[in-house]
Amino acid sequence: MSRSTVVVTGLGATTPLGGDVASTWEGMLAGRSGVSAITADWAADLASRIAGQLAVDPAEKLERVEARRLDRFSQVAVVAAREAWEDAGFGWGEDNPVDRDRLGVSVATGIGGMHTFLGQWDAQKERGPRRVSPLTVPMLMANAAAANISLRLGARATVHTPVSACASSNEALSDARDMIELGRADVVVAGGAEACVHPFTVNAFSQMQAMSRRNDDPERASRPWDTGRDGFVLAEGSAIFVLERLEHAQARGARIYGVLAGAGITADAYDIVQPDPSGTAQAKAMKRALAESGLEARDIVHVNAHATSTPAGDGAEAGSIREALGQDTTAVVTATKSMTGHLLGGAGALESMATLLALHDRKVPPTINLDDPEPGLGIDIATSVRELPEGDLAGINNSFGFGGHNVAVAFTNQYASNR
Amino acid sequence: MPSTEEIRTDLADIVNEVAGVPASDVQLDKSFTDDLDVDSLSMVEIIYAAEEKFGVSIPDEEAKNLKTVGDAVAYIERAAS
Repeated sequence: MSRSTVVVTGLGATTPLGGDVASTWEGMLAGRSGVSAITADWAADLASRIAGQLAVDPAEKLERVEARRLDRFSQVAVVAAREAWEDAGFGWGEDNPVDRDRLGVSVATGIGGMHTFLGQWDAQKERGPRRVSPLTVPMLMANAAAANISLRLGARATVHTPVSACASSNEALSDARDMIELGRADVVVAGGAEACVHPFTVNAFSQMQAMSRRNDDPERASRPWDTGRDGFVLAEGSAIFVLERLEHAQARGARIYGVLAGAGITADAYDIVQPDPSGTAQAKAMKRALAESGLEARDIVHVNAHATSTPAGDGAEAGSIREALGQDTTAVVTATKSMTGHLLGGAGALESMATLLALHDRKVPPTINLDDPEPGLGIDIATSVRELPEGDLAGINNSFGFGGHNVAVAFTNQYASNR
Repeated sequence: MPSTEEIRTDLADIVNEVAGVPASDVQLDKSFTDDLDVDSLSMVEIIYAAEEKFGVSIPDEEAKNLKTVGDAVAYIERAAS
């Protein structure tokens, strides 16, 4: 069976930098930080009191009753999915030319409906068993975001939610591409969502010693590869793609951003949270993404790194990028988490979106806060906006997750409508 | 003891809050499912909220029999008296 080409025809996002793709991308190119202090009373006695909090409350973009029936992570997913769907040229909640039996959903999360889970347990403890909402289970389940998008679009091909911690939404993109390539769908709404800025979650990550405690300077807290980095910054939001079989997109005259060319998935099998310092499995994920895409290492002009600003992870990834792309790789590398913080199950999709837009617009957004790079990294890290050359471009986005998950996704600007 | 109309008005606010049905549509002769399009989980939520609002107990086996707004108002009146 010959493989199909899978193109991107719609994008949607709601992030700490903005309530849509345009404002998020503009924020990235401006080198703006979306990280701020958590001012709620509950944060006062926590070790880490900063987060990448949403720029726009998703409930503002939803009907009141719809909002109260969705956990915050589903709210951001539905808002981003609507933007992506409309960006692809389709009407939300209207008849459209997509065969519902050929329309799929692949939307990931790292955790699921954390606010509902914990809020309803509080209600039971404090007010008794009859005060727990009957909507608790359908709101907290990890597949709720994907299922709610399916409901709104009438999507009846596979509706799917991969859960692989911070690699989840790159895995969702890979799975979506497989659905189309295996002939199970023509169009798939794919990405990820996370919303767990909650006292319990913030504290639990902080107790792992994983999060930055630069509470007095939130905008400078997320600093991948900088010698002064002290952990990641928790963030919330969603990024959603409309992926489509090339011929399907061309037949309807759709605007095309580029190609989701291939993916590589591996696991470290090393430690439940620490990345394997050798970076072998990370490099293998990137190599597999190249092989699946029919690309050579030298074709990769840009890498959006996983680089979360943790002491252990960032340096190891620099090594694995060199191992995969060549010790002398000239790819321009960036870490947009320096601006957004870490969206966990939304991170892969958001950074894949940044990767694709960088190829599309030929502009790589900067890594901010990189004042004093760790020595010996051996990669070309953008600290201001970097122009990419004319012609064919290819890039990779890496996402790695607790549990040892490594998912690299490759994009090209082939078929892009602006070329 | 609130009047029938006061109970209906408060219940209508709950139905509006939970299910988005305009409060003015929540009249005694209306069926929750057939006329107001309230789904089963929303109905459960309305019952729980009504228990809290009116300080009554509406056991699940009784709640099943409350088909119309009038049924619910009458049950709440009896339970509160």
